[in-house]
Amino acid sequence: MSLSREQLLRAYRQMKTIREFEERVHAEIMNGQIPGFTHLYTGQEANAVGVCEQLDTADTIISTHRGHGHCIAKGADVIGMMKELFGSSEGLCKGKGGSMHVADMEKGILGANGIVAGGPPISVGAALAAKIRKNGRVAVSFSGDGSVNQGTCFEAMNMAVVLKVPAIFVIENNYYSEHTNISYAVGCDDLKARTEGFGFPVFVADGADFFSVYEAAGKAIAHARAGNGPAGVFAETGRFHGHFVGDPQHYRAKGELEDLRQNSCCLKNFRARMAQTGELDAQAMDTVDAEVMALIEQSVAAAKAAPRPTADQVTSDVYISYAGA
Amino acid sequence: MPQKTMRDAINEALHQAMAEDDSVFVIGEDVAGCQGSPSGKIGEVGGVFGVTSGLYKRFGPDRCIDTPISESAIVGAAAGAALVGMRPVAEIMFADFVGVCMDQLVNQMGKFRYMFGGKSRCPAVIRFACGGGFSAAGQHSQSMYQVMTAFPGLKVVIPSNAYDAKGLLLQAIRDDDPVLFFEPKALYQAACEVPDEMYTIPFGQAAFVREGDDVTVVAFGQMVGRAAAAIDALEAEGISCDLIDPRTSSPLDEAAILESLEATGRLVVVDESPPRCGLTADIAGLAASKGFHSLKAPVQQVCAPHSPTPFSPELEAAYLPDVAKITAAIRATLA
Repeated sequence: MSLSREQLLRAYRQMKTIREFEERVHAEIMNGQIPGFTHLYTGQEANAVGVCEQLDTADTIISTHRGHGHCIAKGADVIGMMKELFGSSEGLCKGKGGSMHVADMEKGILGANGIVAGGPPISVGAALAAKIRKNGRVAVSFSGDGSVNQGTCFEAMNMAVVLKVPAIFVIENNYYSEHTNISYAVGCDDLKARTEGFGFPVFVADGADFFSVYEAAGKAIAHARAGNGPAGVFAETGRFHGHFVGDPQHYRAKGELEDLRQNSCCLKNFRARMAQTGELDAQAMDTVDAEVMALIEQSVAAAKAAPRPTADQVTSDVYISYAGA
Repeated sequence: MPQKTMRDAINEALHQAMAEDDSVFVIGEDVAGCQGSPSGKIGEVGGVFGVTSGLYKRFGPDRCIDTPISESAIVGAAAGAALVGMRPVAEIMFADFVGVCMDQLVNQMGKFRYMFGGKSRCPAVIRFACGGGFSAAGQHSQSMYQVMTAFPGLKVVIPSNAYDAKGLLLQAIRDDDPVLFFEPKALYQAACEVPDEMYTIPFGQAAFVREGDDVTVVAFGQMVGRAAAAIDALEAEGISCDLIDPRTSSPLDEAAILESLEATGRLVVVDESPPRCGLTADIAGLAASKGFHSLKAPVQQVCAPHSPTPFSPELEAAYLPDVAKITAAIRATLA
């Protein structure tokens, strides 16, 4: 696997953008600037970027409640997203969706999703459309170790096999479904084997390593795009924050978060690999860092200055047309 | 004009919509049938009520798609395909099964457009067979349309005859919003004149099934025919009624109901669902809030009791509104 300098820089930029977006969102929530329930993706960036760097714009993704990273990785406008989180009428979804419902149809983002395992059945539908249209597209659903215990996830996986559609199930195991460890909530010892039991191949990745996810996603996507039916990516990862912002994280072992930030950071890992291979110099990534920080700063300034929605907008966008009352 | 049953009218609408637009496909359990079976008779079933008959043979496996028994995945697949430009028509066999796909209907399909700031469209149709009259007991007899009417973002259609069923389904398929289409299964064999050509009936426009001066009767689905029978019998006594079939409960043609009420001053609402938070209460509430000054008598609600649907034919007959109950309610408004 060899990536061009441009591809490497883009992958790094995407991961860094997600990281700084999330850390800034965290700060703005603590400042009381962002309302609602927010779930941060910090620590899992390599998963979203490793998968989305293998996709075309016309391919679709569907995400989760922890969806900012997937949306940025698939090309959502960062400033529009920040405005959305602030609740502005200029937000990507006019302030009607917020953190858990960021979407952009033109970028193939069928939405973050507030319902655990709400996405996989919908993604099977997008994949079914691709199969019927024979347009070569694939549909990715991101979900986590919590989603795999939902019936909708089972239904979607089985139906994807039955209908032989180009659906890719990316399972990011961050070990905690809310406050409960996977060792308790998944009743078997081998989730990969259980998933493969549905009848599709699952490719394993290190979710702290962009290159590992990129490679596994590439295999899964190639499998699906070639008309062989669905495939899975199973990545072990870790979130650096709680389930939601404000989560006291009683479930963590002593030192667990420090260990994660120290040893499971995709940005550190990426830089270490670049230092080793010499494919990118540190200065080039420093420049990206500065540009990303400027973009995030710009997005927050824009979000704070953006117009607020007005009461007359409450009932628009429910239907395309609605006769009668 | 040819006579057709509601089942055949819906089937014809599906054939015509699929022939007209290659983005239309049907998906559901046994919509083709016999997949993977030793008989090799794929397509012989055409849905448990025969409504999707012939679609597999005519349009093939990519457009008449059998699924596992996975209602959430069926609705999700329809919703996802619609989001990327298809016009799926999914079949959820019995309306009672909304319970096993409620999230996909309500939290997903019904809310995409709003949550995404008006930047998506989800032109999916989900068909259900609904209602009582078959001794199908508690889990295969419910209306459920009254429940689904409560959710913004979804449109809810309830045809009461074959003519309306065809026109409303063609409108549903062409409509750019998600539509839930409830077919009273007791009416599948009921026939009336149905044109061969394609036509649509707009949503939110009630039908005046009877016109009269004394009482306004509003009825849904299977109850429209029973209300008409009650009204026709009362004609001999010199009692004449408006009979309004809203045809869609969301959107609801409030204006038609209120205009009729203004003229008659008396209102009877008939539905086969239980009473609480149902359509009869909804329309009684409409009359109380927007038609209060027209009312000359208390609104009469004729509906099922607050009970699951029973099995035994005697019990179910007592459970469902019938001509006698509707007649009594009309008389009560005139007492």
